[in-house]
Amino acid sequence: MKHVISPLDLSMEELSDILSLAENILHDPKKYFGCCYGKKLATLFYEPSTRTRLSFEAAMLNLGGSVLGFSSADSSSAAKGESVSDTIRVVSSYADICAMRHPKEGAPYVASIHSSIPVINAGDGGHNHPTQTLTDLFTIKTLKGHLDHLTIGFCGDLKFGRTVHSLIGAMVRYPNSRFVLISPDELRIPTYLREEVLEANNIPYQETKALEEVMPELDILYMTRVQKERFFNEEDYIRLKDSFILDAAKMQYAREDMLILHPLPRVNEIASEVDDDPRAVYFKQAELGVYVRMALIMTLLGITVE
Amino acid sequence: MLNIGGLNEGVVIDHIKAGGAMKIYEYLNLEKQDCSVAIIKNAKSSKMGKKDIIKIEGPITLDLDILGVLDPNLTLDIIKAGKIVEKRNPNLPVQVTGIIRCKNPRCITSVEQELSHRFRLASKEKGLYRCIYCEQAYKR
Ligand SMILES: [Zn+2]
Repeated sequence: MKHVISPLDLSMEELSDILSLAENILHDPKKYFGCCYGKKLATLFYEPSTRTRLSFEAAMLNLGGSVLGFSSADSSSAAKGESVSDTIRVVSSYADICAMRHPKEGAPYVASIHSSIPVINAGDGGHNHPTQTLTDLFTIKTLKGHLDHLTIGFCGDLKFGRTVHSLIGAMVRYPNSRFVLISPDELRIPTYLREEVLEANNIPYQETKALEEVMPELDILYMTRVQKERFFNEEDYIRLKDSFILDAAKMQYAREDMLILHPLPRVNEIASEVDDDPRAVYFKQAELGVYVRMALIMTLLGITVE
Repeated sequence: MLNIGGLNEGVVIDHIKAGGAMKIYEYLNLEKQDCSVAIIKNAKSSKMGKKDIIKIEGPITLDLDILGVLDPNLTLDIIKAGKIVEKRNPNLPVQVTGIIRCKNPRCITSVEQELSHRFRLASKEKGLYRCIYCEQAYKR
């Protein structure tokens, strides 16, 4: 049985199959309705993440399956001190597949060791969030038509932003990827990523603090939120959070076909005036996330539609 | 009496990072072992500046390779009949359980006490171990 704990748990072939299936579902969603009838998805959310949970639940409902679960630790057995491994053993007998969100890193991996149903990591602390990465890849594939030969700019919190780390890890597997890393000094990408992923694979990259200057080179601009909880003091947060805001003025420098992605929720790093720009695809991205989760659920359940 | 200069049978754990000898002494539980032990701290080393050395006299039944997890640069001199019969670096184990602890406060092992702390060898060259749960690198 296959679990998806890290984005790299999927081989290039599996990934390509999932993205093609998602594309087929996108073009003819009715054809797939009902294919998971009688199947249950458990959403085990030890911390609230309404957006991710609803995306998983919508995906399962679109396939005609049903959902059960909890949406915070205090409404679950975890509040009574039950271990992840005990919870998953029990849930394995109630559901056919599960999506687990947990504030502690490695919790979904622990679950996968003891589970008799496929476990999908729906985010574990600052570690992995593979379905966000799948969503990002599917968005790029759908709107750009390909995943190779792209220059991708990442802007904002590149130090703690797990979506950034995962997407870089996924994109280096495609030929001729190039990265432009735009962040304040304090929030540059971690050393391990620079050395073990980028430099180890001879991937061209550039680090800068000036978003406008590099804008014309980008095929994709991936914006991220500068999260308050990552900072030890308020002063640092206030000083840095506004440094890398995307607005209409900066968009003038962008190519006509550049895409703006954002994992959402957004705070103020993208001015709302940008929302009407056709290059702003972050809401489309959230929509596409449902289709790629449908494809993942079908694949892990071994369900095919002729 | 332990002859610090030469052992008859035993092991010399050499090139220990200065200040690291006691950790290894404690890990091997040498206090409880039936063997003579000499600890040399801050010995001069041309390669390292300063180093620690542990000499253990007596038949060794301990798994010494595991010491590479604590200090990948130390060397093991195995001595029999007064001669060094083997001189090598520890063979780093591919996976270790219960030897070192994950220090990441966000790791699942920080809240679930019954989980064993387990690490896998991520880079043999660097002697780098990563927690199998959170993947954080072990910092010595
Ligand atoms: Zn850990």
